Amino acid sequence: MSPVLEPVVPLSARRRSVPRWLRRATGPLALLALWQVCSATGVLSPDTLASPGTIASTAADMTRDGTLPDAMAVSVQRVAIGLALGGLVGIALALLSGLSRLGEDLIDASVQMLRSIPWVGMIPLFIIWLGIGEAPKIALIALGVAFHLYLNVYAGIRGVDTGLIEAGTALGLNRWGLVRHVVLPGALPGAMTGLRYSLATAWLALVFGETINADEGIGFLLNRAREFFQTDVIVVCLLVYAVLGLLADFVVRTLERLLLQWRPTFTGA
Amino acid sequence: MATDVHGRIGPLEKTAIGRAPAPEVDAPHTDGPASARGPRPEGARGPGGDTADQSVGAPDEGAAVAIEVAGLSRSFGGRRVIDDLHLTVRPGEFVALLGRSGCGKSTLLRVLAGLDREIEGLVRVPRARAVAFQQPRLMPWKRVWRNVLLGLPGRPDRTTAERALAEVGLTERATAWPKTLSGGEAQRASLARALVREPDLLLLDEPFGALDALTRITAQRLVADVWQRRGCAVLLVTHDVDEAVSLADRVLVMDRGVIAYETPVGLDRPRDAGDPAFTALRAELLDRLGVAAPVGPAVTAEAVTNAVSDAASDVVSDVVSDAVRKEG
Ligand SMILES: Nc1ncnc2c1ncn2[C@@H]1O[C@H](COP(=O)(O)OP(=O)(O)O)[C@@H](O)[C@H]1O
Ligand SMILES: [Mg+2]
Repeated sequence: MSPVLEPVVPLSARRRSVPRWLRRATGPLALLALWQVCSATGVLSPDTLASPGTIASTAADMTRDGTLPDAMAVSVQRVAIGLALGGLVGIALALLSGLSRLGEDLIDASVQMLRSIPWVGMIPLFIIWLGIGEAPKIALIALGVAFHLYLNVYAGIRGVDTGLIEAGTALGLNRWGLVRHVVLPGALPGAMTGLRYSLATAWLALVFGETINADEGIGFLLNRAREFFQTDVIVVCLLVYAVLGLLADFVVRTLERLLLQWRPTFTGA
Repeated sequence: MATDVHGRIGPLEKTAIGRAPAPEVDAPHTDGPASARGPRPEGARGPGGDTADQSVGAPDEGAAVAIEVAGLSRSFGGRRVIDDLHLTVRPGEFVALLGRSGCGKSTLLRVLAGLDREIEGLVRVPRARAVAFQQPRLMPWKRVWRNVLLGLPGRPDRTTAERALAEVGLTERATAWPKTLSGGEAQRASLARALVREPDLLLLDEPFGALDALTRITAQRLVADVWQRRGCAVLLVTHDVDEAVSLADRVLVMDRGVIAYETPVGLDRPRDAGDPAFTALRAELLDRLGVAAPVGPAVTAEAVTNAVSDAASDVVSDVVSDAVRKEG
């Protein structure tokens, strides 16, 4: 009996119908259309959720009269300062405890203990200690950032291959040379992971910090909109958070591509 | 002579040695491998060979040595892996160290490299020494030429690295990331990194162990060439009897923590693995290693590998070696 043959179809010859991105876009677009239809027919009242059209025009208005750009500037600045402070503290502590046994004994246990406290629970204390100005908001962001960077940089340092340390020693590197040429570059992937987590945390901390008591920033707009049932403004603010988060992620990805190009890891097919 | 500057690796306890130590030039007692290094004195390199070159360096170093080990012991948790070991290697001598897996070859090499100092006994090695490990151990975050220069004193420029890379036939890969190198290329880069230090003593820990048979032949020739050009002492740790016999001036067999057997290899270079004297020496060494000498077709896996490389080296290596050099 002769076998049944079938052709192996070249990939390029198959389904040239719809481009992939278009197929991927249909789902979200359909949802958007459904949302618009529900709003237009009155199934979805504006008090529950504004229509996509309203949201778009609200966003345009808020941009034109400057409320949105101003609020964004304030919020981004909070994140930047919190990130810088928390990063500084987290990385410094990670270096101290990652590079020396003494540092580890003194620092690591305390950090691990503090880490188990949910940082959102610190808000009341921060308000008591720091008042209701910028300080508690920045402190909250810095706290979340510091923990993530500490944990990942510390793990990165301790994960450096001892074979490479030994090679560095055999090549005549002194302690500082080892740190500079072997340990720190080796800890960089961990640091980048930490940076990514801390950015996510930073936005989260920002939302918490700003919704509790603020008189400017995205969170302030969000809170005020709640009082007036402006669901369109609420959605605009949420979208801004999302876009800023995506932007931050893009920055980290770019940094990773530049700094970690030496890494022999799988980068996706 | 080639090894006028010695660093004494600080042991926990020193035993007396029979011979008066050669004049120490400076800072003989090291607290760390890093401080054991410095720019080499000008003209400190003599030609290869066994005779001490008295014209430069230390003039009255009657008994010049590249390695001097006396009463060396190293234990891991009470188990003595090296137990009262004695070893002397002359400057410019190529010594191969054979031994069964786990007998302490790498441990000895790490001690000689100054990487393991939890030792008893006396160890004297040249200050200018370099190591190549079984794994290339290149820093993945540094391009090849930066890897070669890593740890060199002063501010060496790229041409220094390129000269060393040219010596191992790796000029075009100078700016490559280590992840893009093949196994053989990475191992050659690692060798270049050792050579750029102008060592008086080159320590090689099974540097060809992970290479395929063809690449291994190329790499062995490379080491032989480099040794003949540089005239440094070489201690090559290997588990490959043929490799030891074809490259070394002297073969040592390590067992139970000491050098249990040693023999000079009195064969002219280049050596032919088919030579009866070669075969006899191989059989003797295999016997010393506790492996029955291969008689007829009943051979060990090791001997099979070697037979394959012999065949390859006899028939194709000349044709292939250039290709291999390119491919790594
Ligand atoms: N860091 C270590 N801790 C405990 N045991 C070790 C260590 N390094 C080596 N050993 C032991 O010492 C013995 C010799 O090891 P090694 O020198 O690596 O052998 P080889 O001759 O195969 O190179 C082995 O039994 C090994 O288990
Ligand atoms: Mg070994």
